[in-house]
Amino acid sequence: MSVAPAEVERPEVREEAVPDTPWVTIVWNDPVNLMSYVTYVFQQVFGYPRRKAEKLMLDVHHKGKAVVSAGTRESMERDVAVLHGYGLWATVSHDK
Amino acid sequence: MSGPDPGDTGEVGDLMGGFRARRKGGVTARFAPTQAGLIRSLVSQVGELIADQAGPGGAGRGPGDAGPGNPLDDVAALFGSTGPAAPPDDPVLARLLPDAYRDDTEAAGEFRRFTEQELRSGKVAAAQTVLDTLPPDGGRIELTEEDAQVWLRALNDVRLVLGVRLDITEDTAQRSQDLDPADPRAAYLWVYDWLTYLQETLVRALW
Repeated sequence: MSVAPAEVERPEVREEAVPDTPWVTIVWNDPVNLMSYVTYVFQQVFGYPRRKAEKLMLDVHHKGKAVVSAGTRESMERDVAVLHGYGLWATVSHDK
Repeated sequence: MSGPDPGDTGEVGDLMGGFRARRKGGVTARFAPTQAGLIRSLVSQVGELIADQAGPGGAGRGPGDAGPGNPLDDVAALFGSTGPAAPPDDPVLARLLPDAYRDDTEAAGEFRRFTEQELRSGKVAAAQTVLDTLPPDGGRIELTEEDAQVWLRALNDVRLVLGVRLDITEDTAQRSQDLDPADPRAAYLWVYDWLTYLQETLVRALW
């Protein structure tokens, strides 16, 4: 991943605020969580339309995992905490 | 549009109906006393399991303590079978309170330090909501959409616990059909399947 050339006059932008490689939230497949429930949770937590939520759920189901959101590390940790509240098996990962 | 109350011995069809959406919003379901008692027992035991070991920094998770306090012993007693007392650091809690980082123990520990207490209290509160909205003798209950969503999470936590205890896998559905009814696991699997059905109807009632 390339980094923008340093600019002398750049104001004090905190580095964490604009990560050049995003962090992601991954949801892993497990044998207990219902397909309907997982879809519903994606809709509730992320506001995704049902079709997108269903596609992500199927990715989790068939591929074993899916990236369900991306952004700063802090926001991914928030997402994971919420998903754990729903009983989904979610982790934070650095998208390399 | 609710029909006449069939009473506590109500028809099986109604009792198996699970949750339905209400026209005015929210959901409704009817439970026989035994069903209500079973849900209340499971939910409160999962709540206790989560609350019990909420020590500072995860203390109190060491070995030992395999005494009468093990919540699922009571579930076992409910079905006339007993299992070995699980250690406090059993995989059930690991599933309910999973690591947030897969290959970074340090980050996972840090995350847990700051979030686990809130996760635990959220789950305990969800269990309490079920207890508050489901009378011990059952009957027809009505839930607001908000409470229904809390129910979803509480039912899911119970299923996660049973899933670990019963070693549920993707093909358990087929295997449960073949189990000898005398196998103690058969009763648990029946409960698990029923809760699965209940949760499924609740999701669909909320959609």
